[in-house]
Amino acid sequence: MCLGIPAQIVSVDEHNAHQAMVDIAGVTRQVNIACVLSDVEHPRQLIGTWVLLHVGFAMSRINESEALHTLQLLEQFSDTDFEKDDGHAIR
Amino acid sequence: MQYVDEFRNPDVARKLASEITELSSMLMQDRNRPLQIMEFCGGHTHTIFRFGLQQLLPQHIQLVHGPGCPVCVLPRGCIDVAIQLANQANVIFTTFGDAMRVPGSQQSLLQAKAAGADIRMVYSPLDALALARANPDREVIFFALGFETTMPSTALTVLEASREGIDNFSLFCHHITTVPTMTAILQDPDMRLDGFIAPGHVSMVVGDKPFEFVGAEFKKPLVITGFEPLDILQSIWMLLKQLSEGRSEVENQYTRVVSAKGNPAGLAAMSDVFEPRERSAWRGIGDIEQSGVQLTDAYKHFDAEYKFSPDHAMVEDPTACHCGDVLKGAMQPWQCPLFGNECQPKHPLGALMVSSEGACAAYYRYADINALKDKQPAQRITL
Amino acid sequence: MSFKPDDCVTLGHGSGGRAMHELIHEFIVEKFANSQLSELEDQARIPLAQLAEYGSQLAFSTDSYVVDPLFFPGADIGKLAICGTVNDLAVGGATPLFLTCSLIIEEGLSFTVLNDVLDSMRRAALHAGVKIITGDTKVVGRGQCDKLFINTAGIGVIDPSYNLSAGHCKSGDCIIVNGFIGDHGAAVLAARGDVAIQTNVQSDCQALHDLIAEMLKVCPDIRCIRDATRGGVATVLNEFSRASSVVIEIDERSVPIRPEVQAICELLGLDPLYLANEGTLVCVAPQHAAQQLLSTMRKHPKGQHSQIIATVSDANEPIVSMRTVFGSSRIVDMLEGEQLPRIC
Repeated sequence: MCLGIPAQIVSVDEHNAHQAMVDIAGVTRQVNIACVLSDVEHPRQLIGTWVLLHVGFAMSRINESEALHTLQLLEQFSDTDFEKDDGHAIR
Repeated sequence: MQYVDEFRNPDVARKLASEITELSSMLMQDRNRPLQIMEFCGGHTHTIFRFGLQQLLPQHIQLVHGPGCPVCVLPRGCIDVAIQLANQANVIFTTFGDAMRVPGSQQSLLQAKAAGADIRMVYSPLDALALARANPDREVIFFALGFETTMPSTALTVLEASREGIDNFSLFCHHITTVPTMTAILQDPDMRLDGFIAPGHVSMVVGDKPFEFVGAEFKKPLVITGFEPLDILQSIWMLLKQLSEGRSEVENQYTRVVSAKGNPAGLAAMSDVFEPRERSAWRGIGDIEQSGVQLTDAYKHFDAEYKFSPDHAMVEDPTACHCGDVLKGAMQPWQCPLFGNECQPKHPLGALMVSSEGACAAYYRYADINALKDKQPAQRITL
Repeated sequence: MSFKPDDCVTLGHGSGGRAMHELIHEFIVEKFANSQLSELEDQARIPLAQLAEYGSQLAFSTDSYVVDPLFFPGADIGKLAICGTVNDLAVGGATPLFLTCSLIIEEGLSFTVLNDVLDSMRRAALHAGVKIITGDTKVVGRGQCDKLFINTAGIGVIDPSYNLSAGHCKSGDCIIVNGFIGDHGAAVLAARGDVAIQTNVQSDCQALHDLIAEMLKVCPDIRCIRDATRGGVATVLNEFSRASSVVIEIDERSVPIRPEVQAICELLGLDPLYLANEGTLVCVAPQHAAQQLLSTMRKHPKGQHSQIIATVSDANEPIVSMRTVFGSSRIVDMLEGEQLPRIC
């Protein structure tokens, strides 16, 4: 359910604060960004931001530091395993 | 960072799989039945099959594919109503591609289109609204499907239509909600599940609070999970960790997208436009109370059922189907006597064969070859 | 025949009268100018001796072309109608020689559009070294067809040293594609505008006869070749697997897919293995010849991105499977129908 993919905001519509263009690996589409706007920022400040796109709506900003944190946790899995492989028989 | 390939690293996947094997083997010392983990969401099911994740896991971990494919659980009667609406003169009926092939009691939308109805596939409700703008002399009906993930997009589209005063746009609303359905599964006496991989994109909208009852009331661990293969493997590991430590909590693996409070703007739009429906029908499961939504009085004029009053005839599920058992984890898809026989992707009978996200269709199409070869005769798993 | 930009094809152009006569004689025949066509008999005549110079077996194929929109990035219905039939001949090892051209035109089609399509056909035929030697034109009422349908039939001749068939695949064989897959399907999907996406992806529409000739020169014992049109590479592999009763295993890492095509697939929930191609061939070659064949293909402009994507092995049950990046495997079956975009 709920196909959603990461996309990057590349421009915003100066006439409609809810509209922006996103890029997904060279493919662009107009999307609605109402769900990721904030009261304290101009929509322009969203340019460059990665969002999670679902049926033409940016549904969430993607948090880079959280993503890095998750990847670090995942890396640790591989590190521990390397250490274990040194000492243990191969599972 | 592109947030995709980083989470598809095969080396990390292998390491993670061996950690999972180690942890689950310890757990298995005190058990005599497999560990059953349900991924509720069809998107997870898709990732699991596309990347063959089950094959990376030890035999004693069974992934049970839940009812979280909004297309699979569309009842036949609902498709019949959709076709009725689409067949009216001067209507353009718009839908996501997924729903086109779902069989109603007589026809699918694809067949109704071939028979002359003006049915068009759209990627977004915004595209349906654009059609309404471009065709002011025709009624454009959008088939509003999906769980909480999709509701804000429909709600915001209705708000936009209302703002612009577009009166030739309406919804055939069959949005459904996850929590009542999970509750129904958890309350079933046949329920054997050990934990839940919870839908990350639903949580992106609703946050993590709505899932707390799973741990609090039913003592099952639950991890909110992203949709890349490493997300799912990490979640399985987190679930096993909870089981091994005797915890049953809501944990969030998908922190890059899901925050505890969800999406306030999306939730606000939803509560403006939608209210709970008394009961909604699910193919394969039956009626579940408060498991769907309808338009609020303020937006009733965007409700296609209110506008056009189509007939609703009750259409029962085919009786031989075991979809409900499969959904609850009491039966594996290939154990259903209809699987691959009367019920195939070409002519689906049950809910789960309908969409490629459906557990049975996914098994039929993608299952690992060895599992199909060892296909066992139909039986309920005796535990 | 001259036309003004606003001129449209009318039912009169198909009625058998003067309008039709002008359309055919002064418009179409002039475009495809060649001696056989200009004879304007009810049939084209080909001396058998001329055919025999190329081989001993006649190859004969037909295909109808219906595409919306008529023009899309990288090609149009005219180029498609030539390249498609040329490829259908060439993948059998034939030298493509002659084509027919049947037009079914919806009344109201502008002459500008018709002119552009016919020009495109002329260029494509010239490039592929084939002559359009007979044809037919019909005009139907509005709504009875969509703008323009084209049928082309083609004749080619097969050299006796080649024996290509989908039933010839053997255990150990390697399967090669000549480049990125799914470009045509993705380009047409974007050009149709229903999903409101913009991309630079172009259709791969091209005639493959010259590439195939090079391939057969270095490897005359190629088992079979098909162009992966509707249903994509996955469907062709399933055809091979069934015809030869073999297992085909795709290596996911080796399948060449452009990032933009992958992105469109992720966005709409599609699988690039099932997207249509119009200039992509799938070739099965014996293992010992595969590397040399691959390097020959990569030196050709139409094969620079060639890859070995799959291998053939024996089995009780013909199956196409995919070895994923994780080392697991999944079945890649034929689709039940058209691949539909999905949200879930």
